[in-house]
Amino acid sequence: MTRSLTIVIGALIMLAMATLVLVAIPYRQLEAETPPVALKPYTLAELRGRATYVSMGCVYCHTQQPRAAALGPDAIRGWGRPSVSADYAYDYPHLLGVSRTGPDLFNIGARQPSIDWNLAHLYQPRSVTPGSVMPAYPFFFKVVAHPGPNDKVVSLPPQFAPTAGAVVATDEALDLVAYLTSLDHTYPVTPAASGTSP
Amino acid sequence: MTLTIGALLALSFLISVLGLFMFLWAQMNGLMRAGPDASEVIFAKGEVGLVEDPSLSQMARAALQHVGSGSSGRTDDDAAQRAAVSAELEARVEQDRSSRAAAFAFLTSSIFWLLLGSIAGLIASEKLTSPDFLTGSAWLTFGRMRTAHLNMVIYGWASMAGLGISLWMLPRLLKTHLVGEHYAVWGAALWNAGVAAGVVAILSGWTDGLQWLEIPWQIGILLAVGGALCAMPLLLTLRQRNVHHLYVSVWYISAALLWFPILYVVAKVPHVHFGVEQALVNWWYAHNVLGLWLTPLGLGAAYYFIAKVLGRPIYSYSLSLVGFWALAMFYSQAGIHHLIGGPVPNWVVSVSVVQSVMMIIPVLAVGLNHHMTVVGHFAALKYSPTLRFVVLGAALYTLVSLQGSLEAVPFFNRLVHFTQYKVAHAHLGLYGFFSMIMFGSIYFVMPRVLEREWPYPNLVSLHFWLAAIGFGIYFVFLTTGGVLQGIDMLDPARPFMDSVKVLTPYLLARTLGGALMTAGHIVFAYHFFVMALNLAPRRSGRLLFGSARLAEAE
Repeated sequence: MTRSLTIVIGALIMLAMATLVLVAIPYRQLEAETPPVALKPYTLAELRGRATYVSMGCVYCHTQQPRAAALGPDAIRGWGRPSVSADYAYDYPHLLGVSRTGPDLFNIGARQPSIDWNLAHLYQPRSVTPGSVMPAYPFFFKVVAHPGPNDKVVSLPPQFAPTAGAVVATDEALDLVAYLTSLDHTYPVTPAASGTSP
Repeated sequence: MTLTIGALLALSFLISVLGLFMFLWAQMNGLMRAGPDASEVIFAKGEVGLVEDPSLSQMARAALQHVGSGSSGRTDDDAAQRAAVSAELEARVEQDRSSRAAAFAFLTSSIFWLLLGSIAGLIASEKLTSPDFLTGSAWLTFGRMRTAHLNMVIYGWASMAGLGISLWMLPRLLKTHLVGEHYAVWGAALWNAGVAAGVVAILSGWTDGLQWLEIPWQIGILLAVGGALCAMPLLLTLRQRNVHHLYVSVWYISAALLWFPILYVVAKVPHVHFGVEQALVNWWYAHNVLGLWLTPLGLGAAYYFIAKVLGRPIYSYSLSLVGFWALAMFYSQAGIHHLIGGPVPNWVVSVSVVQSVMMIIPVLAVGLNHHMTVVGHFAALKYSPTLRFVVLGAALYTLVSLQGSLEAVPFFNRLVHFTQYKVAHAHLGLYGFFSMIMFGSIYFVMPRVLEREWPYPNLVSLHFWLAAIGFGIYFVFLTTGGVLQGIDMLDPARPFMDSVKVLTPYLLARTLGGALMTAGHIVFAYHFFVMALNLAPRRSGRLLFGSARLAEAE
């Protein structure tokens, strides 16, 4: 080639085509979708918890996209029905994830609704899930000598509890657990209606 | 929002139609026709057959000349022609000097980020086998350390190295001075500020939350402006060019510098994208950062340095045309294979799977072109450090791309999706292909930038073997571990925890491989700074230029 204009125009066409196909047309298709009636918007506490989930980078090990039986035993593992695009109507930023170092969490609220279990798991994952490689998040908790009446004390197996005092959850931990336990998309949907993968 | 997207649609359509006409017009006017002279544009008249590798001592260069071009130079030149060649080579010395500041700013920064990024990567890798390692502070948690690693190596190391090498090649490719070098130096400053602020933001918990796009958009503006500033010298220098043909590297560099700011701005615009549509934009961007940004910069460098070190024009100019346009066409639409089986419209996934498989065309075109240029001269790899790194990188480009096409095919994707296999694949692309080519290019470029030789040739070899062996361990073990992880994950009879436990030995091996790679980077950085600060006690003399070099080759 001899003219730089050929390159510039050609390069722009190629990118415009890709943007049209992968961004613009799907945008058009998906913006018409309405959230399922059974899906509730997040509460403020859940949104704060979701922000913590984002800032801690949970998405790098946990997906939020259970898949059809043809693609894996997700349903058998209790991860829920295959998700559809409308399930994500209130999600910003999206947290689909592309790695399953840990299990899928799209229905962790239905699978593991216990606040106590979730708090102990965040404080020290190996206290409730032996063999887990999830990092511990001790900085979401305080160790106090005498917990107050409003403090949420984390119940831990003795070998994981501090030698003195009690482990108390901070608001950040409680919000994060509020978000996790809110993750429940077990309501029925008709996959065909949304036009996405079954 | 309907209006915005409607306008976008109409605009894309208009551009496409306009582009089609321009394309036809260009074809009819012969703008895309080229003979063999187009591939010789990077050589001075009569220079074909002369090897060039500034990273070598004089003796080693003579040996390279012997194996590289199959002779010890030419003896049948008459005096007039020799004078003409030496005049052109003197001009090239001046061209090299015109890009020194920009290349130095970018390459020095890139090596700094390579070191920090490697250390963050090692810490993150260690955390996957010792989950209670460094959990005391949120700043050091796995999710942030891993993300800091990714952003430092992509935007700090890879992008800055690619920009530095591209800016350095431009005056040589266009046979003129780099015009507007100060734009690029400012671009480097803004880019560094953007990466530094972005990494601190990520570590402190301020993130936009999308993979590859974590740097908050407020800071991302620095990257967009910095990248645009780097495109300025390209445009200005293009106008001043003294070559008829634009060499293939120029196409790749021009297109990449054009593509990146558009990709980044479209993906980063806040509060436009929503739900799973945002996931589509996310992977459209993340894949195109490889396909339309780093890959063209890496291939541009490979096309230049392979030909230049060996003193041989590339095998086929037409093949490089096919490779370029097919890459632009297919790579740009491949990204949604990251969401196969996900809650996104099926047809978008299908488009991406088809285009991912179509990528075989440009990959074979480029791979064949590179291979046929080197074939018969593999002995030169023993002598030229540049060639050793670049040829390995080019070979791994073919491998990683074919692997990528395979991974997009649903039956195989089912097995390796969500596993460490993908991590190994990503590193094969960014390290095996891109970083190897950058290492080789930097070994070539720095003696020209500093007008000083690399002080310790043995350290170059040490760097190569640490990087190659370390990466070999990294890739083989993580790939194997990923497949085993996938098998366990797909087996409904096994608990999920089996897929976690099966990985442990492979993750340990990955940390070992990563440690060797990091050791290689420390050697490289030490060598680089000893050279840059002129601290070496032993020097083999100032690098030979121009006619002196030519005389030596004879």
